[in-house]
Amino acid sequence: MARFLLRRLLNYAVLVALATTLGYFLAGTTLHPRSNYEGRNPPLSAASINRQLDDLNLNDHTPIAKRFGRWLGGVVHGDFGKTVTGDSVTAEMGRRIGVSLRLLVIGSFLGGLLGVGVGVLGAVRQYHFSDHASAVLSFVILSTPVFLVAVLLKLAALNLNQLTGVQLLDYTGEYTPGLSGGGAHLVLDRVRHLILPTLSIVLGQIAFYSRYQRNAMLDVLGSDFLRTAQAKGLRRNHALIKHGLRTALIPMATFFAYNFGLLVTGATFTEKIFGWHGMGEWFVDSVTTNDVNAVVTVTLFVAVLVLIAGMLSDLAYAALDPRVRIR
Amino acid sequence: MSEVLAVSELTVSFPSEAGPVRAVRGMSYSVSSGEVLGIVGESGSGKSVSALAVMGLLPRTARVGGSVRFHGRELLGLGDRELSAVRGKGISMVFQDPLSALTPVYTVGDQIAEAVSIHTDVSKNEAARRAVELLELVGIPEPAIRARAFPHEFSGGMRQRVMIAMAMANDPDVIIADEPTTALDVTIQAQILEVLGTAQEATGAAIVMITHDLGVVAGFADRVMVMYAGRPVEAGGVDDLFYRPRMPYTLGLLGSLPRLDATEREPLTPLEGSPPSLVGLPSGCPFVPRCPMRIDVCSDTEPPLAPTADPRHTAACHRRTEIEARELGPADIFPAPLVGAAAVARLPRESRQPVLEVRDLERHYPLMKGVVFRRQVGTVRAVDGVSFDIREGETLGLVGESGCGKTTTIVQILTLARPTAGTVVVLGRDSARLDRGERRALRRNLSVVFQDPLASLDPRLPVGDILSEGLRTHGVPKQRRNRRVGELLRLVGLGPEHASRYPQDFSGGQRQRIAIARALALEPRLVVLDEPVSALDVSIRAGVINLLEELRARLGLAYLFVAHDLSVVRHIADRVAVMYLGRIIESGAVSAVFDTPAHPYTEALLSAIPIPDPRRERARRRVLLEGDLPSPFDIPSGCRFRARCPRYAALPGGLGARCREEEPVRLPQGADHDAACHYPPAPAAI
Repeated sequence: MARFLLRRLLNYAVLVALATTLGYFLAGTTLHPRSNYEGRNPPLSAASINRQLDDLNLNDHTPIAKRFGRWLGGVVHGDFGKTVTGDSVTAEMGRRIGVSLRLLVIGSFLGGLLGVGVGVLGAVRQYHFSDHASAVLSFVILSTPVFLVAVLLKLAALNLNQLTGVQLLDYTGEYTPGLSGGGAHLVLDRVRHLILPTLSIVLGQIAFYSRYQRNAMLDVLGSDFLRTAQAKGLRRNHALIKHGLRTALIPMATFFAYNFGLLVTGATFTEKIFGWHGMGEWFVDSVTTNDVNAVVTVTLFVAVLVLIAGMLSDLAYAALDPRVRIR
Repeated sequence: MSEVLAVSELTVSFPSEAGPVRAVRGMSYSVSSGEVLGIVGESGSGKSVSALAVMGLLPRTARVGGSVRFHGRELLGLGDRELSAVRGKGISMVFQDPLSALTPVYTVGDQIAEAVSIHTDVSKNEAARRAVELLELVGIPEPAIRARAFPHEFSGGMRQRVMIAMAMANDPDVIIADEPTTALDVTIQAQILEVLGTAQEATGAAIVMITHDLGVVAGFADRVMVMYAGRPVEAGGVDDLFYRPRMPYTLGLLGSLPRLDATEREPLTPLEGSPPSLVGLPSGCPFVPRCPMRIDVCSDTEPPLAPTADPRHTAACHRRTEIEARELGPADIFPAPLVGAAAVARLPRESRQPVLEVRDLERHYPLMKGVVFRRQVGTVRAVDGVSFDIREGETLGLVGESGCGKTTTIVQILTLARPTAGTVVVLGRDSARLDRGERRALRRNLSVVFQDPLASLDPRLPVGDILSEGLRTHGVPKQRRNRRVGELLRLVGLGPEHASRYPQDFSGGQRQRIAIARALALEPRLVVLDEPVSALDVSIRAGVINLLEELRARLGLAYLFVAHDLSVVRHIADRVAVMYLGRIIESGAVSAVFDTPAHPYTEALLSAIPIPDPRRERARRRVLLEGDLPSPFDIPSGCRFRARCPRYAALPGGLGARCREEEPVRLPQGADHDAACHYPPAPAAI
């Protein structure tokens, strides 16, 4: 088993390296940091621009392979280069990583759990009103782009706040700047800010997982082993959970890995719309400022996240399904 | 003996768009402890549904009426909580397909322990210990280790043992076994019936045995109930029912069974037609359309189950007293068709042309491991040196358990591909020396009929297109194709007007007739029949078998008949070859092999087949085989049957060395009879 996981890890590591390399070459050839300096008033001399670009390792006169080599050399030592403004990418990442992870981790786990729950209920109460309702809602959410969901949520929060006359939900930033008060007060403030962005991610996740889980569960509901479990004397609900859900969870482990990439893309919009200074927002901003190093660093971050999601899903699969365990 | 389970006037119906499906229409029985009641019926007769109704395991849409009393307590209408306390403790159940009936993600030990701990307040360790005890009781070797294995690591027979262990975990008063051996090979079936007997001895439970196989019931049950279209049509003691059947359906069933103990080849008495649909059933007796003894009253009123001369023996037929008085048997009621023999088959075997000659055929598959660096870690010897030949107008039965290489052999013959070693010669032409065009032309002479007609006919093609597909492939012009479709349909007992309909519009037996017509489209010389009747209901098997015999006689066909059912083979085949682990271990004329089997495996196979004759069945001494078929990846040294061989086990010291070291070859045992055993029994004194 350990050997199997090690091999998977190695596979994923190769994929991460490949994604990062491709990302660097793509960003390095399409983004144009030089334009940040050109057309300034007063104009900068070509030599001065080159010097500044060289200093940032962004000079397009240097062959891209050489620039990549320099950047990679830094990455190995934990230095991800400099942003276009000359700040350390590593430090900026340190500030932003927590913000993004908070959204992503809570979003994916909450979305997964609730999605499985909704899916199971839909299957057990197939063709009841709740099943139809969750089906319609899921398809509406799945076919709505994340940014629209986010904007609609914002609107809904605005109306709710106006209706109640209290600032119940906040929708800009991850905390209220300059807020004073005790620790509990601060935590509450963060939670209030967290609700809407998380919701914008979780809704899509619930919609996604619930459809798959409903199908997987329906397959299991008609199975002979569920009947055997009841014939042994297990109560229906107990059998549904212990024998039914346990088996129907197996395919979900695979979806978890596939879905994670989708989630990260969605989170970029969420961060941007709710004004969260996370990795996704940074990515969009870096592209507009021709910040090659930052763009590639975010690419690497996402690749590593997908790696972790993949490993988790492999582990979950092996834990759930004894038939794939290799001894 | 006390009555433990009493079912009376049980009805079950399911709502459907066409109206309620009345799956069970009034069924009453009772069983006492230690008693075995056999419930026999075809698919759709309501036998399994009634069992699930007793357990309260039907889907919620089902409407159940009547009464089910367990120790006098009414079970119908009880909630899930009360019923759960009875299920598994008072009444337990063994299901048909042991692969899907066990939860794949838990170890078998855990699943049995769960059954124990649901009903008794025991510690985890105690429950696990009891699970191991139960596994040992049902004959699982090394139970303590095997308890930690998952269901997919068990063979079908072993899984069914686990199911039985689970069913007897709480000393139930009733065990309902729903087709417990249907999915298993005959040798394994014999083992499982033995284990069920053990379970009954250990628990003293009453057993309700549900099956479609009259043979299984004959030796196992005390009383039998025959179901048809949702109702019992005859019930009584096992001897009464088998020797003095009084309902034409029972008579027809018994007459339509090919018998292993038959001495002369007589055509089977077929039951024409197929069971009725359970939606909107007309008011009369549901068997009327198929009954040669019908009179006017039969179409008007459905006869109740009424006593015959013996009050414990009941039959639902208006003319039961007449049948009784005249002692009518199957042959008196159901006219047997006349089946002639082909002109060519009357010639002696030596002077007939061989259609197919297979010599030392081998098909090995490499067993690979690794993803990036693939390496061969072994060889699966699926077919490992098979030789036989089939002559014009002859039927060769190829028999053996699942996994013995039957399918690989026929695929090798049908595709005409180059084998790993050996030769396949069709009509004098070696398959390895053909180019593409020749191979294709030669394929016209070979055709195949598969086991499941529903799966082998394209549901989206009308029957006419299905039949003419092969003709089109071989460039037959359209007009001739259309004419041929009509001919073919008439040939198999259908009409040309059926050509525009789809497979779903036909019953199982008719579908198999269509599959046979398709096989005959190109006028082949050899038809491979791969289990052609085992997916069909008992009552329609006979009709298909008779059709096959008739076609052979009329068209002078040769058949390669692959089956695991030896009674059918005995009935239809001229010669038989028994396969074990990729080799033929005995072959010869049917009468020679079946009457005086020389190989211990053949002996065991034959003794495992149940005979629908209670007295003979009870008197039989079974040769039970140990264990399962070994893997073709790991074939034992010397004689490959050695590990399961009762004869080897009984050999005096020293003699066994030959079996361990030297692989036996097929040696003549008489005229047209050979077997591969070092120690065949001495030929019977003449």
